[in-house]
Amino acid sequence: MSKQEWPLYEVFIRTKSGLSHRHAGSVHAADDQMALDNARDTYTRRREGVSLWVVRSDSIVASDPAETAAFFEPAEDKIYRHPTFYEIPDGVENL
Amino acid sequence: MYTQGLDQAGKEQREVAETADMLAAFQARIDAEEKIEAKDWMPEAYRRTLIRQISQHAHSEIIGMQPEGNWLTRAPSLKRKAILLAKVQDEAGHGLYLYSAAETLGVSRDQLVGDLLSGKAKYSSIFNYPTLSWADIGAVGWLVDGAAIMNQIPLCRCSYGPYARAMVRVCKEESFHQRQGFEIMLTLCRGTDEQKAMAQDALSRWWWPSLMMFGPNDSESKHSAQSMAWKIKRFTNDELRQKFVDVTVQQAEYLGISVPDKDLRFDESSGHHTFGEIDWQEFMDVIAGNGPCNKQRLEKRQAAHDDGAWVREAAQAYASKQAALAAA
Repeated sequence: MSKQEWPLYEVFIRTKSGLSHRHAGSVHAADDQMALDNARDTYTRRREGVSLWVVRSDSIVASDPAETAAFFEPAEDKIYRHPTFYEIPDGVENL
Repeated sequence: MYTQGLDQAGKEQREVAETADMLAAFQARIDAEEKIEAKDWMPEAYRRTLIRQISQHAHSEIIGMQPEGNWLTRAPSLKRKAILLAKVQDEAGHGLYLYSAAETLGVSRDQLVGDLLSGKAKYSSIFNYPTLSWADIGAVGWLVDGAAIMNQIPLCRCSYGPYARAMVRVCKEESFHQRQGFEIMLTLCRGTDEQKAMAQDALSRWWWPSLMMFGPNDSESKHSAQSMAWKIKRFTNDELRQKFVDVTVQQAEYLGISVPDKDLRFDESSGHHTFGEIDWQEFMDVIAGNGPCNKQRLEKRQAAHDDGAWVREAAQAYASKQAALAAA
């Protein structure tokens, strides 16, 4: 039998309806169903969630931290996207 | 349950291109209280320190299941049994959160487990002491988990994000552990003379090993300063130990049992308790593998690992077969 390590899955929990799933940690499992079961036993022993997502860690595509500045640069100089950029005179209401 | 600050100097300083500028920029992020995340650049020594500390912490949780598991079949009531079972399951969970945090630093689970089984990796000295009576389960929860909480609360603000987040989760659960331990002690202390004597005996045996959990004195702790600078550690070993003594002595008084230290007294001027000298030789012996249960603990872990091999293999075979069927 091969000594192959079980793949790693990232675990995301929705704590209650109306909220997004949020990353909680990871588990190893031989397959998807086991990943769900392990995630339940590891991360929701105290009713922490109403829904679980597990996704193979090697399926996640992530931005490169070393390139953070360059990658997010397009948003840097567009302060006019924020409402605080605009000056509204006193006396104008509900805007 | 807890990490002990046993960090020994790394033997090999891996040669990587770490310029003074990079190191300064990293320290500046730390000083600005920025969190370091898994894929961020970090000095090799920071990475190694964290891997060692987090994995040692994880191993402590896993080995810590044994002294408690020892009483699962003999807990005095079904309620106590269910609670203890939940607690032992939590310890396993804590181990898993922490292994998962350590893996973000680029070390594999198999490697971590292998280091524990081979004896290469350390775990907290406290779990090499035996749980001789039911009262020990109370003392372990109250003292050992109490000491662990002292140590772990500041780790929730550790500079390494994945470790800090795992610690938040652990700390929430750990306070159930401490309270259930105290409640066992309280029940015994309100019971018959014989029961109260059991509680006293447990406190007498677990007190000093609990103080040792905080690790060597600051003057002897080689890596404290660097870990503090990196904000992995927020308080020194002695600061945390003092805090633990101050809160725990009051709790022992409430229970009506006494801390086994003739030098213990409250110092009005400092507002703290002064206490006797710890037997550091005993500590070093336990760390070196010669505590009462070191051999038994590792053998049992190895046996559990070996006994589970067929399950892991079967699961892997099933998964491979299902994957092949799906692909066909």
